[in-house]
Parts: sequence; C-alpha cells; structure tokens
Amino acid sequence: MAINVKVNGATRAVNAEPDAPLLYVLRNDFELNAAKFGCGLSQCGACTVLIDGVPTRSCVTLLSSVGQSEVTTLEGLGTLAKLHPLQQAFIDEQAAQCGYCTNGMIMAAKAFLDSNPRPTEAQVRDGLAANLCRCGSHNRIVRAVLRASQSNGRI
Amino acid sequence: MMNAPRLTRRDFTAGLGGIVLAFSLSPLALTQQPPRLPGSLQTNRMLSAWLAINADGTATIFTGKVELGQGILTALAQVAAEELDLPLARVRIISGDTGRTPNEGQTAGSQSIENSGTALRHAGAEVRAILLDLAAQKFSVPADSLKVADGVITAADGRKVSYGELAKEADLKREATGKVAPKPSAQHRLVGQSSPRVDLPAKVTGGAAFVQDLRLPGMVHGRIARPPQYGARLEAFDEAKIRAMPGVVAVVRDGSFVGVAAEREEQAIKAVEALSASAKWKAGPQLPDPARLYEHLKTMPTQDTVISNKDAPLLASGAKVVEATYRRPFQAHASLGPSCAVAQLRDGQLTVWTHSQGVYPLRGTMAQALGMKPPSIRCIHMEGAGCYGHNGADDVALDAALLARATNGRPVRVQWMRAEEFMWEPYGPAMVMEARGAVADGRIVDWSYDVWSQSHNMRPGDPDGINLLSSWYLADPKPPGPARQAGAPNFAGDRNAIPTYDLPRQKITHHLIKDSPLRTSALRTLGGYANVFAVESFMDELAAAAGVDPVAFRLAHSKDPRERAVIEAAAKAANWKPGEKGNGVRGLGIAYARYKTIATYNAVVAEVEVDRDSGRIRVPRIWNAVDAGLIINPDGLINQIEGGIIQSASWSLYEHVRFDRDGIKSRDWATYPIMRMPDVPKIETVLLNRPNDPALGAGEASQGPTAAAIANAFAAATGRRLRELPFDPARVKAVLA
Repeated sequence: MAINVKVNGATRAVNAEPDAPLLYVLRNDFELNAAKFGCGLSQCGACTVLIDGVPTRSCVTLLSSVGQSEVTTLEGLGTLAKLHPLQQAFIDEQAAQCGYCTNGMIMAAKAFLDSNPRPTEAQVRDGLAANLCRCGSHNRIVRAVLRASQSNGRI
Repeated sequence: MMNAPRLTRRDFTAGLGGIVLAFSLSPLALTQQPPRLPGSLQTNRMLSAWLAINADGTATIFTGKVELGQGILTALAQVAAEELDLPLARVRIISGDTGRTPNEGQTAGSQSIENSGTALRHAGAEVRAILLDLAAQKFSVPADSLKVADGVITAADGRKVSYGELAKEADLKREATGKVAPKPSAQHRLVGQSSPRVDLPAKVTGGAAFVQDLRLPGMVHGRIARPPQYGARLEAFDEAKIRAMPGVVAVVRDGSFVGVAAEREEQAIKAVEALSASAKWKAGPQLPDPARLYEHLKTMPTQDTVISNKDAPLLASGAKVVEATYRRPFQAHASLGPSCAVAQLRDGQLTVWTHSQGVYPLRGTMAQALGMKPPSIRCIHMEGAGCYGHNGADDVALDAALLARATNGRPVRVQWMRAEEFMWEPYGPAMVMEARGAVADGRIVDWSYDVWSQSHNMRPGDPDGINLLSSWYLADPKPPGPARQAGAPNFAGDRNAIPTYDLPRQKITHHLIKDSPLRTSALRTLGGYANVFAVESFMDELAAAAGVDPVAFRLAHSKDPRERAVIEAAAKAANWKPGEKGNGVRGLGIAYARYKTIATYNAVVAEVEVDRDSGRIRVPRIWNAVDAGLIINPDGLINQIEGGIIQSASWSLYEHVRFDRDGIKSRDWATYPIMRMPDVPKIETVLLNRPNDPALGAGEASQGPTAAAIANAFAAATGRRLRELPFDPARVKAVLA
C-alpha cells in the first residue's frame, strides 16, 4: 500500500506498512542518511527530524501518523554547496568527533533557535539536554549553536 | 578540503570482483638482516604499500589505521601532504581494507600517529626524493637545485614538471630505505596547523558517512535473536511462523545462534521480536552477586605478575603508613550508534563492510569462525559511531556474514538493537586497586600496589580462540581465547599501574583474573583509567598525610622536566593556590599521568561543587595541560583531550553496568545514564608543543587524570574521600554521612 509523505518540500510515495517507523522509511526508502538509529526508544535524539517544525524522534514516529505534515531532515536544511548557518557553524567550530549525534544536535538546535533566536549559553545547554553525545563534543556543539545564532543568515 | 570520502554505490562495489591484493613483505635474503625502518614501515616495507602518485596530480595514502571519530585520517593526510609538498586537498585516503592497505593490526592504544604517522612521514619524504630524482634526470640538473611547491617541481632555469606528469615513471614498488630525512619541524607548513576534519562536511549534510548508511543493490536487513542471558542455549522456536512473516527472506539457525533476514528493516525487527517471543532457552550460568562483586573478584583464580620491584633501605623510621582500596565497576563503551555491518557472499568470496578497529585480525578470526580461508574474505572499513575500544563492531560483522550465507548473494545489513549493544558488548572490566604507602619528611619512602582485573584484550586475532560473540553459540561452538598478560611497555589491566614518580621503593603486582563472569575487553585506556584514578588519588592521600600541598608533593617526586611542565602549567591555568582548603561544597583537585608511562603527558585540575543534600556532584570547570610531543593538529589534539575529559567525567560520575544474578540489566540510556549537555564542564586546555620530540597519540591521555582530579577536588571540598567509582549520589551521601 503506497503512502505519501511530504519530505523536504517534495511529496514522496513509499510502499510500507502504516506502523513502519518513519526513520526506516527516510533512511532506506528515501535514501536520506542524516537521521540515525541510535536507540529506537526516543532516548538519544540521533534520529531527530522536524515535523511541521517540531523536533520529533523519527524512530518512534509511525508512518501513518505523519499524514499531511511536512517532514524536514538535515538534508532539507542545506547542502554541501549551500550550507545552512548551523551546518556552517558546526564545521567552523569542528563540532564533532564521530558525528553520529550530529544530525540530532543540528535538528534540535534548529527548532530551538527558531523559538529562541538569541539564547544564552546556559539556554543552549538546556535546549540540547535531551540529545546525547558520547564522544565529548558538547562544548563545541554549544559554541556552534551560539555562533549560528549570531550569524546573519536565516536560522 | 572537500575531499571527504564520497560514498556512492559505484565506490562501494568497484573492484570487488574477487581480486584480493596481497601486501607481502618485500623479498629479503634470509641471511640478510633488514634495516630497522621507522613506525609501521618496519612491518610493511614497500613504499607502494603506503603511497601512490596519481596522474591527476593527487597522491593516495594507504593506511591500516581507521577513522573512529578521532580525526586520525585528517592528521595522517596532513603528515603525508607535508612531506610530499602537496596541498591537503590533493591527498586521497584509503584506510583499513584487507584488499588495499597495509596490515597495521588494531587502531588502538593511541598508536596511530606513532606507527602509521611515522611510516607516512618517512615514506612521504622518500617518495618526494624519488620524484625529485626523476625531475633532476629529466632536466639534467642536480636534485638539490630543484624546488617543490604544491606538487610542481621547478628547476633554477624555470622549467617545471608536476608530480602528475612523473606519476608513470615513479616506481614505488620498492622497499623503503628509511634514509631520507623528513622535514625538520621548522619547515612545517601543514603539520602544526588546525586543518579542518576531512570527514565533517558529509557528516553535517547527511552525506553517506557511516557503514550504517551503506545501501547496496538487493540488500536485505538482518537482526539477531540474542539469548536472554550469557550462555543460554536455544531449545526451540516457532520457525514456520517466523518464515511466514512479511518480508522474511531467511531464518538462520546454527545451534543457539538464530537470526532473520528480511526485505525491510522494520520487517526484520518484527520477525526477530516474534522469534524471541516464541523461543525457549535453557538458562545460562548465574552472574556474581553485584553486592559482593569486588570481594568476588579477589577470590577468582589469577595469574600474578610483579611488574615493578624496586628495593631500597627504608629511609626513615617512624614513617606514616597509608592504605587505601579503590574500585572501578564494569563500564560500557555505550556507542551512540549500535554496531553495524554489511556482508555479501558471492561466488565463494565474502565481502564485509565493517567499523572494526582491525580489519586484518577480524578477517583472520572470521575465517576461522566460518571455516573459510582468509584470502576468500575481504574486510573493508567504513566508519561507525565512536567506539572507544572493542565494542560490538567485530561481532556484528560475523552476524552479518552468518546471515549472508543464506541470502543467495544478496548483501545483508545488520545493525544491533540498543538493548543488544548494552547487553552483549564487552565491557571495561571491574577492577580493584589496593595501595599501601609510607611518607616521612614530606617524601614517599615506600609504595606497594596491587591491581586485580579481568582481561582488557579479548579482541579478534587471538591465536587460541575465536573472540567473536556468535561463534560461541554455534552448534559447533568455538570458544574465546584465554585471558593473557600483555606485558611492557603498554601493559593492559596494569596499564599505568607503575607510577612515573621518583620513588625509592616500590612493588607493583598485577593479578590477572582468568575467568570472565561478565564479558570484557578493551575500553579506552584499558586499565589506565582505573590505575591513574587509584595512583593519583593515593598521591593526594599521601600528600595529606605528609602535610604537603598536592602540586608541590607531585613536583617533589618528579624528575622529568616534561612531567613537571604539565603539572605546573595546569596548576597555573587553574590559578592553583597552595594549601587552599575547600569550604565543604567547593574545591579544586589535581591529578597527572603520562599515558602508558611512555606517551602523552596530561595534568588535569577539576573544580567540583557538592550538593550535600542530594549527593550530587557537579564539575563546572576543568583546566588541563598536555604534552603530546610534536603537535600535528592542535585543534584535533584539543578535541581528543577534551572529549576524553568529558567522557571520563561521565564514567566517573554516573556509569556502571547494572546486573543481577540472572543477567545484564543495563539495556538502554535510562538504565545506563551518561553525562548530558547541562552537566558538561567548561574546559581550558594548555598545549605544550615539543616540535623536536616524536608526535604521540592523545585519545587516552586525559581519562585517568580526570577521574582522580574529581575525587581529589571532592576531598579538598569535603575532607572525605571517594574511592569507589562512580561517584553517584548514594555513594557521595554515604561518604559524607
């Protein structure tokens, strides 16, 4: 049964069960690599996407629940040729080690900055508290989010 | 800088026609003693094993070391580009591929810079000299009259020739001589620069960056139904029902190993959930009682080795004797992304894409587990989530291969589930450290130290066993190798058990526990974390007994100027005030170690705040100073050191594997919590560059000092001592009571 999903501005069809987690559809059917499987339990944040602008754990989001909502993945924020200010800031601050949490950090930061465009450092830390990083890149990630919040580009 | 590996299907499948190139040692006459070559050139002696000059003017480096998130490929590219006089963007990297790269064993022990970096440095210098000789012949001028910039060789009269034009003539199929000196550090233009990581652009844009992102044509998804506990045996399951489930392509059972391959990932997960629900298992052996874990460890059979024994007459009678016992629990790698591999079996050739730390050892051990010959297997490294040592990376490669035998040539991708990763990864071992020392007149006059630990190295590659999880559950089970004493200079459970201080008397004994009640292997630093925690806590306990400030006490026992320099630099950065007392809730503590006693120097000062009511410790700030010899990439070094500090703060404040008699209870991030963003300390790092000393790895330098610095800061703040990790609220309240 084909189900339509709006992803990064396009409507795409997928043959999957309605109870398929959105994460696997994004990764395996739409070949969007950014969202990662980390826990499947909504605990770590590696799979974060935006659904109508709201940061959402795609590992526990059923395909059937997406409906007409707009799904935005990291690929939808910017590209290598035209980086989003957050992506640029993560490169400028070298804000990763392994990079497995990076997708979730950027997507959570995007939603966070949309509602808090000029945050303090403490607010950034609280805003990303639900996203886990295991390599210890936290302080760089905070600096990258603060840098992006100070850039003139769209956030 | 956009030379991040772009992973396309074409790249994944290119060259997989079953051709396996062998990098043999160069033919040497048996009677001839080969010259000692620098770094890994000693064991992989051909220049062509390390470097290729391409017609398009690029160079390709081949390294047996792999990217684990530590930035090693960027650093190695810098080293090679430096010696070749090429821009970094024109260096391509092939790493960790049994079909294409040298065998450098494991990427472990902070040795990639020392081994692979040194090899590339010398090979690069030699290849540059070969290219210069070719140009000199072409122009009929002396080689030393030529200049090189950006891969173009220019003669005094202005004639030019590029590396690309010389690529065909440059014969690198020759043994390195080791006789071409690398550049002196004063001439470095890339080494010493904070070159941005080559892998980050793909990682911030959703490019295919990880083995988890590999999608091959016809690929199916596999999952394994693990036993409910160690050693449980599969008695029955409803195979017909599982085979009839949607999308199921194969159900593979071999003894107590059972897994499913399905068209879609969620179908594989559902099938394995149903399989597990229908499975009957015969219970495995009980685990030790966690309440008596440390007593239990000391009663187990051990292999005892005195690793240092230095006797001198006791200098003073009436010395003050101090005794203390320190404990470290089982701790998990807890990689953010569960382990993953893709395997394909076609025409008798098995190809495995893996985030293993050692593709060659994995290949050899997989061959034994599968009853294949090593040349029939090719292991190709692709990145996984940061591993911090031996996690499930190798195990899942065998899992994928076992399923790939049943999918008629279709590639199988297996990613472990979260609970599977926590329950089945090999942990960093629980350890007991007993220290006894004596001080007189402000100095240590006696020191004895005993450490008990299970093995820290149960990796694939063991000659006497198969260190791959699923092989232990096959119908014809192949057990793991024995726990082994590693020995000097790197040691294992006894890593950093020998203090670097100048002590007149010392006796250090390692008690290697031969059994494995819980599965253990290499976690970042091996025993270094726990031993430095114990040794450096004990140094403070002795300093207190001697009535000497901790910084002054360490300096009084240090003769190594580099050691003194990092201790002094860290104390200065933290504005350390000798003799300053904590106020019951806040304090500073210092700790220091030279990793492995032969590598990177790191001194750490931690500030702690103690909430005496809740028992919660916060670490708002850390200062540290590091000497890793010649610095290749300052920002990369800071990233490794500070990442190590944060990971150690997490280990030290929160982490222990929960279990009871029936099995492992840490199964997710709620039952194995780690440090979160608001609790992460702010860190200041002082780099002490030593341009004329060898470059040293730094991925494991800061974990031990951080744990001890936190414990020492807590003692400074409260007058009480935390001797058992982690410093969780219950333990803190008990110590303060």
